[in-house]
Amino acid sequence: MAALVNIQDLRVAFSGVPVLRGVDLALQKGEAVGLVGESGSGKSVTWLSALGLLPRQATVTGSVRLDGRELLGAPASELDQVRGGRIAMIFQDPASALNPVLTIRKQLCEALALHRDLQGNAVKAEARRLLDLVGIPDAGRRLEAYPHEFSGGQVQRIMIAMALAGNPDVLIADEPTTALDATIQAQILELLSSIRREFAMAMVLISHDLGVVAENCDRVAVMYAGRIVEQAPANQLFADPVHPYAQGLIGALPPLDGPRRRLTAIPGTVPDPAKMPDGCAFAPRCAMAAEACNLAAPPLAPIANDRVVACIRAEASRRALLGIAAE
Amino acid sequence: MGRYLAIRFGRAALTIVLVVTFAFVVLRLSGDPALMILGPEAPPEVLAAFRKAWGLDDPIWFQYLDYFGAIAKGELGRSMRDGRPAIELVLERIPATLALTLPAFFFKVALGVPAGIYAALHRGSAIDRAVMMTAVAGFTVPSFVLALILVLVFAVQLGWLPSGGQDSWRHAILPIATLSLGGAAVLARFTRSAMLEVLGQPYIRTASAKGVPWRKVVTSHALPNAAIPTVTILGFMVGTLIAGAVVVESVFSWPGVGRLLVVAVANRDLAVVQCILLLVAMTMVTSNLVVDFLYGFLDPRLRAKGAHA
Amino acid sequence: MSPPLVEVSAISRSYSMRSGMFGRATAVHAVDGVSLTIPKGETLGLVGESGSGKSTTGRIVLGLEPPDRGEVRFDGKPMAAPGTPAWRAQRARMQMIFQDPLGALDRRLPVATQIREPLDIHGIGTPAMRDERVRELLRAVELTPAHGARYPGALSGGQRQRIVLARALATNPDFLVCDEPVSALDVSIQAQVVNLLCDLQAQLSLTLLFISHDLRVVRQISNIVAVMYLGRIVEIGSADDLFARPEHPYTQALVSASPAPGRRSAGRIVLAGDPPNPAARPQGCAFHPRCPRAIARCASEVPALSTLSGDRQVACHLVTGAQARDAA
Repeated sequence: MAALVNIQDLRVAFSGVPVLRGVDLALQKGEAVGLVGESGSGKSVTWLSALGLLPRQATVTGSVRLDGRELLGAPASELDQVRGGRIAMIFQDPASALNPVLTIRKQLCEALALHRDLQGNAVKAEARRLLDLVGIPDAGRRLEAYPHEFSGGQVQRIMIAMALAGNPDVLIADEPTTALDATIQAQILELLSSIRREFAMAMVLISHDLGVVAENCDRVAVMYAGRIVEQAPANQLFADPVHPYAQGLIGALPPLDGPRRRLTAIPGTVPDPAKMPDGCAFAPRCAMAAEACNLAAPPLAPIANDRVVACIRAEASRRALLGIAAE
Repeated sequence: MGRYLAIRFGRAALTIVLVVTFAFVVLRLSGDPALMILGPEAPPEVLAAFRKAWGLDDPIWFQYLDYFGAIAKGELGRSMRDGRPAIELVLERIPATLALTLPAFFFKVALGVPAGIYAALHRGSAIDRAVMMTAVAGFTVPSFVLALILVLVFAVQLGWLPSGGQDSWRHAILPIATLSLGGAAVLARFTRSAMLEVLGQPYIRTASAKGVPWRKVVTSHALPNAAIPTVTILGFMVGTLIAGAVVVESVFSWPGVGRLLVVAVANRDLAVVQCILLLVAMTMVTSNLVVDFLYGFLDPRLRAKGAHA
Repeated sequence: MSPPLVEVSAISRSYSMRSGMFGRATAVHAVDGVSLTIPKGETLGLVGESGSGKSTTGRIVLGLEPPDRGEVRFDGKPMAAPGTPAWRAQRARMQMIFQDPLGALDRRLPVATQIREPLDIHGIGTPAMRDERVRELLRAVELTPAHGARYPGALSGGQRQRIVLARALATNPDFLVCDEPVSALDVSIQAQVVNLLCDLQAQLSLTLLFISHDLRVVRQISNIVAVMYLGRIVEIGSADDLFARPEHPYTQALVSASPAPGRRSAGRIVLAGDPPNPAARPQGCAFHPRCPRAIARCASEVPALSTLSGDRQVACHLVTGAQARDAA
């Protein structure tokens, strides 16, 4: 099956400093893919650059295809059709994600007018239906309210309603629950998953929270310093991470049950994008780094079905896996 | 809402009282009007008679109470120089001043706001840098220097325009240009930074992400938000319409309120000075009030608080 | 169990808050009748969502603001009046760490100078001893003297939090209040700081009040955990037991809402409604409007915190010792 969105060798630099250093990622129709990584790993930049939402100082190269059509360098009019219409995006900070001086109705109807063939009263009726759908009580009256009159969780619901306005094929959720309290996060995640089922939408969930991604995605890509270092089905990645960074991330997460163990902290810090090491970007922090790791950055290579890892040690893992399979 | 209004008006009234009081005290402590108007050679008995006639030998607190009592009756006093009511003298000068400040206000807005918006939208471009350099120059060069430069170039060197006076509309061009350029520079800088601040906000990215064309993102999402801080500076400029041209009127010998003020201060013509200051304080305070209510109109976060409480 | 270092009895604190520019002032009960006991050398974790009053509790315990009612006793003695010498002596024994290390540090001073500052203020040791103490503190938080020479802006978030920790430890305090100390840090760095805190606590036999919204981090570091909702403690118990068998419906929802790798979201308790608003606290049990199990009594009567079994206390009409045992 041809991928719905196909990202190849996507690179982004801000004023010459590389922040995205060759990302390959394919998104199939209707699937939920998680992107995890720490701040600065490039998980948000990947999708902002794909949709042309980065400031002009950013130089973007590579290829992002939607149904085979190239998005990078596409004319503005074509991109405006894609944004919101084919690929919608919601963001982290609900408090500032909506325009404070416009009513919810204006902002929702704006999206409907852009992407749907609706006239007059039908626009407002559809706006009300969408608010209902995302669980805003008393939708008809609340349409006339301003963003500051809603709580953070409600604003995120409105953002989701706005994203749905264009009947998109893909929803990019960029840290959608990071700013919310635990019980509200659970509400929003549940809303996202029920809407995804209902609309048969593909979803990219960008999060620093491994638990959030693991529970809500089919497939997970782990990013580090502007690259994907491991990609695998969610359950396999968390049961059996191969890349030392993925192992480190999972080990750094305190368990909520079972015996307490000392956390396996990853030493050091993320490398400065302006002074990226020549070889594997993780090598300076990696307990298993060898001489060869500092020579060249390892490419993403398949180690099993649906699993790719960028680590020279993964070759050994793959042989081990194959060896076990042969026996 | 009623309480809020009462507080605002109360504060405005207090501001006016403070301005008038300050002027009253400073003027009376800084020189003797009798000496200023009659000259140092005037005989002592004439000076004494003058002081008695104008109540200048009363204790200062008595003069002060007297003054406020008169204001309460709507009397703003008479000019010590020619005995005419001060308010008359001031009012007859206002049209001349407005003939400069109103067109200047229009040009400030027409030049400064678009320049600021354009610079913000093309941040870092050659045009942005040019706009900002001009703006910094217009911002830092004092208006009398700018006025003299304009006179030097357009009146002295090129001989296109008169250097002073009030005989035809051509005489107004250089004063208006002086006032406009300085104000436009301030506005351009202000608008640019307000616009840049807004363009960096997440809701601008949200609008782009839902497919709103960039032109519309700017007009319907960025501008309404950037208008909120810009209104502050516009309000301040409205407040200076009456007395904002003191320097320019002096340089171009334009017979407006500003020149009247300069002459009246030099002569310690107390009633005239106080009348002008009262007027200035009132326009300032009024424009501030208007700005406050405009905020409520532009920013629903302020408006809604009032409506729901 | 060791004797208590900190005893908090029935503290309450309310603020008057105006809703909007024109609104009437309403009393917001940030903390309402909170009692806690922290034994020497142990860590009490305080969890709750925004508006639960956990940070206010931390500030009251530390004497940064006075309670309206109730009392805080430190090492057997009541907190002295702020500004007195006795208060200063007590305060030197207790320190606080906040979420935002950059806000807690002065950007214009090298960090070593800032670690040294409390020693200078309290006149501890000779200048040479103080320099040595700064090096020792930097080592304790796993940094080098080279880090000490830098300015806060030149350090990473995790390093800055270590500096704040080193400064807090400078006066050899017995008690540390940590308010969301690792919430702003990335997972891998968070683990470094959590491990460091655990190590230092063991080495220096510190007593900790650890405030966080993150259940995982709280469990990792705490012996006892108290769950707060709208200014009250709804459940308290030993960390492992509380998260393994939460009794209060709110604790159950919190535990269930915490996502875990390897578990799908099926069977999760999703609470309806908005996060609690301290300015409009519901009558009766504050949690009842969102509680999936609420009965009529919950809307009228505030449940008291009562002992369930062992060290577990729960404030819920539906959970009493007998009922819970029967149900189990």
